[in-house]
Amino acid sequence: MSDFDTQIPTTFDPFAEASGDNAGAGSKEYVHIRVQQRNGRKSLTTVQGLKKEYSKTKILKDLKKEFCCNGTVVEDPELGQVIQLQGDQRKNVSTFLVQAAIVKKDQIKIHGF
Amino acid sequence: MASDNPTDIKDELSELVPFDPTKKKKKKKPVAQDPVEEVEKLVEPTENLSVEDAGESVFAGMKKKKKKQVELDIDDDEDGDGEENNDGKVVEDEQGEGIVFGVERFPWEGTDRDYKYEELLGRVFNTLRENNPLLAGDRRRTVMRPPQVLREGTKKTVFANFMDSCKTMHRQPEHVMNFLLAEMGTTGSLDGQQRLVVKGRFAPKNFEGILKRYINEYVICNGCKSADTILSKENRLFFLRCEQCGSSRSVAPIKAGFVARVGRRKAGA
Repeated sequence: MSDFDTQIPTTFDPFAEASGDNAGAGSKEYVHIRVQQRNGRKSLTTVQGLKKEYSKTKILKDLKKEFCCNGTVVEDPELGQVIQLQGDQRKNVSTFLVQAAIVKKDQIKIHGF
Repeated sequence: MASDNPTDIKDELSELVPFDPTKKKKKKKPVAQDPVEEVEKLVEPTENLSVEDAGESVFAGMKKKKKKQVELDIDDDEDGDGEENNDGKVVEDEQGEGIVFGVERFPWEGTDRDYKYEELLGRVFNTLRENNPLLAGDRRRTVMRPPQVLREGTKKTVFANFMDSCKTMHRQPEHVMNFLLAEMGTTGSLDGQQRLVVKGRFAPKNFEGILKRYINEYVICNGCKSADTILSKENRLFFLRCEQCGSSRSVAPIKAGFVARVGRRKAGA
């Protein structure tokens, strides 16, 4: 019975979502954070799909300082600029991007194992 | 592959159905003590039964009972009165199930004690099952075996029961393989014994995590959470159709995304 109480519709209307606020912001545009294995126990983190408005080099500078790792911005013909970082920084990157309000949490997709 | 599943369900049905009547009888006997209410009881044995079940049992047994209850309902509809007659008590069945529904009896009837939680819960599930059995949540859990992962040399990993996993999910091995490789950002192939060989070192835990994600995205139905679904391709788009509830949704194609260049670069490139 107590379960029933929680299902009473509130101000959030699940059907209004499609035409709602985040449709314009491009809710499909995920930021993909991937990890790749290198030789030995080394790995590489890539961040793909950041919006054009942001300067990747500036983000990269802060990321490098924050995680104490090196990295570059790679130009990809299809995917635009992609940030590469040394080491497995997936969690760090996602928390950083959310905290800096660059991306919303539900737009981040973390790949890899 | 997909055709395996219905037969599975049928097997289960046939296992369960013959089991039920005995159970019904057993339950009924202790109840049928006071003669006044006996008629009512007989009219709707299933209803009666399950209410008592809920009352007697604690939560642990609920899941099993739910499943059985649905089975009971089914065979009541089909040859409803045959079984009741087996019990040796004749019931008039001019009263349809609809009327019977109102005459529902509860263990607390006749006394003025408080309702127990389990009893009320049983009652809710009863009515729910009565009106729309889809919501009553009787589902089988499909159990996946954990991935067996071996190391081939130092740089390659072998996913030994890859085919097995694909079969339990009812998915094409190619599709699963594409997803795994794209997620892990490596390359790999199927070997002679249909095992998946992946470049790089991976722990079984890693495979498990990715498979879980695969299942969430490409196997499980959003509406009813059942894994009994079919993935089909219709003009370049993948659609997931649920066999249980009939809903269908489109799923994202597998994209490898950006793959950084690892290893030695050749002078030319």
